[in-house]
Amino acid sequence: MAREFDVAVVGGGLVGGAIAYGLARLGRRTALLDEGDIAYRASRGNFGLVWVQGKGLGLASYGNWTQLAARLAPQLARLLRDETGVDVALEQPGGFHVCLSEEEMQSRVTSLTRLLEQPGFERYAFEVLDRAALAARLPGIGPGVAGATYCPLDGHVNPLRLLRALHSAFLARGGEYLPLHKAHRIERRNGRFVVSTGAGEIGAAQVVLTAGLGNAVLGPPLGLRALVRPQRGQVIVLERVRRFLAYPMATIRQTDEGTVLIGDSQDESGFNESLSTSISATQAERALRIFPGLRDVRVNRTWAALRVMSPDGFPIYEQSASQPGAFLVTCHSGVTLAGAHALELAPRIAAGDLGPDMQPFSSERLNVQEAA
Amino acid sequence: MFKRLPEAGPTVPVTIDGRQFAARAGDSVAATLFAAGVKACRTTPVSGAARGPFCMMGVCFDCLVTIDGRPNQQGCLVPVREGMRIESQSGARIAVDAPPGQP
Repeated sequence: MAREFDVAVVGGGLVGGAIAYGLARLGRRTALLDEGDIAYRASRGNFGLVWVQGKGLGLASYGNWTQLAARLAPQLARLLRDETGVDVALEQPGGFHVCLSEEEMQSRVTSLTRLLEQPGFERYAFEVLDRAALAARLPGIGPGVAGATYCPLDGHVNPLRLLRALHSAFLARGGEYLPLHKAHRIERRNGRFVVSTGAGEIGAAQVVLTAGLGNAVLGPPLGLRALVRPQRGQVIVLERVRRFLAYPMATIRQTDEGTVLIGDSQDESGFNESLSTSISATQAERALRIFPGLRDVRVNRTWAALRVMSPDGFPIYEQSASQPGAFLVTCHSGVTLAGAHALELAPRIAAGDLGPDMQPFSSERLNVQEAA
Repeated sequence: MFKRLPEAGPTVPVTIDGRQFAARAGDSVAATLFAAGVKACRTTPVSGAARGPFCMMGVCFDCLVTIDGRPNQQGCLVPVREGMRIESQSGARIAVDAPPGQP
């Protein structure tokens, strides 16, 4: 006999956690199915930016959705603090994208300008700072820094606390977290969905796939496609130092507790989670050009994790046409989008329809035939 | 609590927060701190609570001290040397010596 719920959310990372919390807030009896510690867990390896700047070139809806998520982030942080006591350390002072040459600067400004001029894009103000202007706001930058772009909407958060807070808040709202329930198969049976897991069957009227890279396998039988691939990202964690960075940057941020993180590498290595030291070296070299003062600061940890990347880099939000009640969500920005997932997407899922404005995020946009 | 073994090595002059101290050759910096009666050698960057040598084997990082001007050294893993300057630490070390810009 399968245990029955209103909704089964398959995947307990930041995406599944945010949606499950949002559903539980609305009174839905929700099960959050998760794997064990051997899962790839992008949610435990990410950098922690709540980032707007530069996103959405090629899909204006994604830029707008990201801005909505950033606007909802303070509300989510407040709810989580009130309901769980966990402070996710959200700061949104705006963020810098630092350029190390005039060429980088020019191409950055060109691409941001193109981004904002797209039809339907909700424009935001950004600033272009030369070296001198930047030095006033980022003391300690090195002589090799050419300048930066600044977007007032950017911020950062402690992503591990965010994950924990989402899970705690979900439980406090009566949700049921089921670890070691890796979903093997999902099928429609007697008018509802049945998820076969390593620990028995779970029945639910609705099912939401938030299984990251696992969505590629779980989706197709439900008429949902997620052409996702792993993209490796690496993070370097330095020891705690006295606060010198008041703003997050695309590649460097300092946490509320003083730890300095260097991140934002991207490379294609399949399902390889091991660390490439040559990539770490490049990250460190660029970080030292930006802040030479980090030269003798020790490295405490390094790691690699796998982003969940779609062919065009944009999220996929999809509802099944053939199996109503089945939804698929995938993105590589589970931190940034958490506010939108919990407070905007979850109500739409609860209502059974994502709505026409989410149509641009359907995987149909990826149905481009290859040339013969 | 601690008693010195009879075969302890010759003395090595060091300073601890500017104070002269006769350390013993072969001791770690953390052992030297204990021998000098120092229980707390730093405060934490997050809560400001006092910390002193604990595990004595390189694991807990509680014995971080500044040695010859270099911050965040694990005292239990560094043998004392003649003339060594050992200094306690307050909070997080400085990497970029400037106040953060105001958001």
